Amino acid sequence: MEETVEYAQATGLLGGVWLLVAIPLVSAAILLLLGRRADRWGHWLGVAAIGAAFVLGLSFFFQLRGLENKSVELSLWDFIAVGDLRVDFGLLFDPLAAVFVLLITGVGFLIHLYAVEYMSHDAGRRRFFAYFNLFVAAMLLLVLGNNYVMLYFGWEGVGLASYLLISFWTERPSAATAGKKAFLMNRVGDAGLAIGIFIMFATLGTTQYDEVFNGVGALTGTTVLVLGLLLLLGAAGKSGQFPLQAWLPDAMEGPTPVSALIHAATMVTAGVYLIARSNPIFSANSTLQLVVVSVGALTLLIGCIIGAAKDDIKRVLAWSTVSQIGYMFLGVGLGGAAYALAIVHLLAHGFFKANMFLGAGSVMHGMKDQVDIRRFGGLSKYMKITWLTFMMGWLAIIGMFPFSGFFSKEPIIVAAFERDDWTAWLFGGAALLGAGLTAFYMTRLFVLTFHGPQRWTEDIEHPHESPKLMTIPLILLAVGSVGAGFLLATSVPDWLTETAGLGGEHAEHAAVLSHTVITILSLLVTVLGAGLAWFLFRAGTATAPQPAGVLVTAARRNLYTDTVNEAVFEKPGIFLTRALVYLDNRGIDGLVNGLAAAVGGGSGRLRRMQTGFVRSYATSILAGALLVMAAFLAVQAGWLA
Amino acid sequence: MTELKLPSIDYAAISPILIMLGTALLGVLVEALVPRRWRHVVQLTLALLAVLAALTMVVLSADERIITAGQALAIDGPTLFLQGAILVLAAMALLLIGDRSVERGGAFVAQAAVTAESADDRRQAEGRNGLTEVYPLTTFAIGGMLIFVAANDLLTMFIALEVFSLPLYLLCALARRRRLLSQEAAMKYFLLGAYASAFFLFGVALIYGFTSGIPGRSAGVDFATIHAAVGESPASPVLLFAGMALLAIGLLFKAAAAPFHVWTPDVYQGAPTPVTGFMAACTKVAAFGALLRVFQVAFADANWDFTPVLGAVAVLTMLVGAVLAVTQTDIKRLLAYSSIANAGYLLVGVLAPSRDGLAGTMFYLVAYGFSVLAAFAVVTLVRDDDGEATHLSRWAGLGRRSPFFAALFTFILLAFAGIPLTSGFTSKFAIFGPALEGGQAWLVIAGVLTSMILAFPYLRVVVMMWLSEPGESTPTVTVPGGLTSAALMIGVLATLVLGVAPAPLLDLAAGAAEFVR
Repeated sequence: MEETVEYAQATGLLGGVWLLVAIPLVSAAILLLLGRRADRWGHWLGVAAIGAAFVLGLSFFFQLRGLENKSVELSLWDFIAVGDLRVDFGLLFDPLAAVFVLLITGVGFLIHLYAVEYMSHDAGRRRFFAYFNLFVAAMLLLVLGNNYVMLYFGWEGVGLASYLLISFWTERPSAATAGKKAFLMNRVGDAGLAIGIFIMFATLGTTQYDEVFNGVGALTGTTVLVLGLLLLLGAAGKSGQFPLQAWLPDAMEGPTPVSALIHAATMVTAGVYLIARSNPIFSANSTLQLVVVSVGALTLLIGCIIGAAKDDIKRVLAWSTVSQIGYMFLGVGLGGAAYALAIVHLLAHGFFKANMFLGAGSVMHGMKDQVDIRRFGGLSKYMKITWLTFMMGWLAIIGMFPFSGFFSKEPIIVAAFERDDWTAWLFGGAALLGAGLTAFYMTRLFVLTFHGPQRWTEDIEHPHESPKLMTIPLILLAVGSVGAGFLLATSVPDWLTETAGLGGEHAEHAAVLSHTVITILSLLVTVLGAGLAWFLFRAGTATAPQPAGVLVTAARRNLYTDTVNEAVFEKPGIFLTRALVYLDNRGIDGLVNGLAAAVGGGSGRLRRMQTGFVRSYATSILAGALLVMAAFLAVQAGWLA
Repeated sequence: MTELKLPSIDYAAISPILIMLGTALLGVLVEALVPRRWRHVVQLTLALLAVLAALTMVVLSADERIITAGQALAIDGPTLFLQGAILVLAAMALLLIGDRSVERGGAFVAQAAVTAESADDRRQAEGRNGLTEVYPLTTFAIGGMLIFVAANDLLTMFIALEVFSLPLYLLCALARRRRLLSQEAAMKYFLLGAYASAFFLFGVALIYGFTSGIPGRSAGVDFATIHAAVGESPASPVLLFAGMALLAIGLLFKAAAAPFHVWTPDVYQGAPTPVTGFMAACTKVAAFGALLRVFQVAFADANWDFTPVLGAVAVLTMLVGAVLAVTQTDIKRLLAYSSIANAGYLLVGVLAPSRDGLAGTMFYLVAYGFSVLAAFAVVTLVRDDDGEATHLSRWAGLGRRSPFFAALFTFILLAFAGIPLTSGFTSKFAIFGPALEGGQAWLVIAGVLTSMILAFPYLRVVVMMWLSEPGESTPTVTVPGGLTSAALMIGVLATLVLGVAPAPLLDLAAGAAEFVR
């Protein structure tokens, strides 16, 4: 595929794309700098900034429609210019970025609104909104940058915001630990991404998207493979994909709006963005695509299995996020038209997952922060709006017709079956199985929370519905959960496929099964999974964990991935650290301390020569003078020169 | 009788010198004629205006490249740059000298003749206004320094040396408190200074002998003659090398290079702190200005011969300054040893025989001058009932008591340690870079190693200020009046600006970095 990528210069209204990043950033700075003085109105500033960014993003989006090649580039200034390395501080606004901008600011705006009420009793609300806006600014920079360094800049920015927000309740040790875990596991991925960018510079001499993509064809297969794997490592770290998935469920220690925005709707999809953006690199090597697909398929199953065994409402949702992003990886890994499908699924997921997280927050709000689904039940009578909106999200995620998940997930399953060898059965089967499992565990969650007998703790007498400021965003997100599937009927997927080489020439393979059969099958497994869960849990469940078989125990313990991490990384890591500390204390410190002692001792001894007597000073000057004279004369005699 | 031929003198080019010396004389008249209570204001205003006027004249004659007054004075790029540097730094020092809000009556003694430690002495320390003779003394010293960096023959240089040294000896003795220490410092400085001057004079005599006997040239000690003689003189080279060594000793003494540094800690500690700052900044500029001119103009062709010896002196100076700074317990002595080590770094610059090396050395002088004046400005502020609290143990916990001034001082110490974003980093870079290119890698290695040692005493003070609990005896920081604040802020800002955006001054120095012969 010899196709050059070119972007037009931004003109007119689109010249203001930088405002998208600047507005949230400035509001975050104001909130952080003003401190307590902004406590009374700070949250509204935060909401207004995101609202303004959304309106701007929408107008830019419609501007884009009128353009021929549907993309503009805006170079602001030279960010880094050292030797051969030249990095622009530049932005790129194309359909892929535009879709992300709308998701981030649109869903972000609703979640901000929700958070105003949700955090109203928290003393740190202003700080919360400052971090929240910082996150939005960094995320927008991530998707708007026109080169990998800009992307990395935003990438680290969202990592920072995520860390600050996971451990927002610093007084909870579990929150602090979760923040640290997220930070460390992300570092592994970030290191991969950074090295990938270094390789780009070393082999191609640039990090600009267009130049990199145009240069990929000239690289050897191995270089592309290594580069792609490093980018994938970065993507897996940020998106909670195998083998770096363990931090995401723990990240639910943060406030619920954070889980909804950062750890469900937007930041964790950055990995999908990275792969979609770098599609010329991934398309250039079929092994690479196979690896991405495998990671996606494996993760989507892991997420489903663990999600089915968890009892914490937010963790179940978190594992379902892991699993759904697995679907997206599957989509972007398949390449071709499936790129666009993955992005549409990402959008739909943004809506329904944010919807359900906020719904979970609403349930917790009414149930005194209880998160254990075994202690819910029968809430549909008390929280009508939460129940109905959550239902929309539930039907959407399990892929029930005609909710959005059906339209966005089913084509990915079809695409997985379209591979031209036996792997079609493998990945198609995994995707289909995942659909059934998703239906099972999400139905379990839904039934145990809203239906069946009440299993509340004694201190709850009458759960209440959340105030309007929380329910209105829920309703709007529910509408999105229902309707996001219709995006596929618009021209957006075509745009995504057309621009930036997405898709390109894709040879259509006949699916191993016909489209209709797959559709029927996927609906069938969905109904089966959901029906089974309904049957099992319609009468509630025990309020304490019960002994279970091997598979359930393994799932409860995250399929032993934490144990593996502990055995393979943590234990040797601790040993290595101890060894290094020992070496440092005995070896290096000994050397350094010895030198320091020598300098100190020498200093003390020399100091005694400073007697304070002018006669001894004169003597030392005379001695020095004799030495200098002797040296000069020695030089003159040619001894030294 | 042969007719005496008067040399032509370009008065405009030497006007900065004339302004300073004239003002000094005027200052003496002011002492005699103006009523006592007006003297301080009049003297300070007069001195500052003179510095300003002289600086204006320096700026106006920025493109002047001549040798005037016979062969006595060279007004060229380095002269003008260094004169400008001396004047700017001297203005800051004058602000410190003139401050009377930090200590009632100023930092200087009211009656120098009263016996130290007597009852009268204690009474006068309590707040009678200090001597105003310090202003004419300072302006004389500034004038001497302006001649010193312009001097184009050894005799003029010697006279300039005495003109700026004698007022400094006196100024050192005028501390308001701890007068015995102050007088002792002045005595030592005077005795050793005279001793070093003798070396210098002896060197001049030997060099004069060396220049005689060249066909078609009369003997002399102007730099053009010496330069010519280095290649052509029939006289024994022993004269040249012994003379060069003796001259170097005289100049290295003023520059505080080891082993001729011994006076520095005692004098820096005993002298009134504003005077210490003045010496650390301006004397350094003047001494290195003269060293640069002597070795890069007069003895340029003996380059290969003096570099190993002066290089050894540089290494020794860096080592002695850095190692001895480690165990100091008094902040003024600590800064004195730091100043010695910095003399070593400057010598590295002197030995980088290129235009860049000269420019880097001049840049370093300016950058260091700003930082060191700011440092001594902070020292004047940390005080208790007995005056300045200079013992380091008293600075423990200062960060809690006065975070603002502790932060400023921390910044300056980081600059001394050569941390990036401060002028300490850019100026070391400006010196080590050309030295490395000039093949003096050994000096650069020694410089970097000693910088590491030197970072320890600086950081120890930082740790003390911020990580120790304030004790009973931790003094408070006096909130300074306008003059000291102005000097302090100028110093700190210059340290920051020269660290972040050094290019304009570096360009200026590079443009000026060429001697006329």
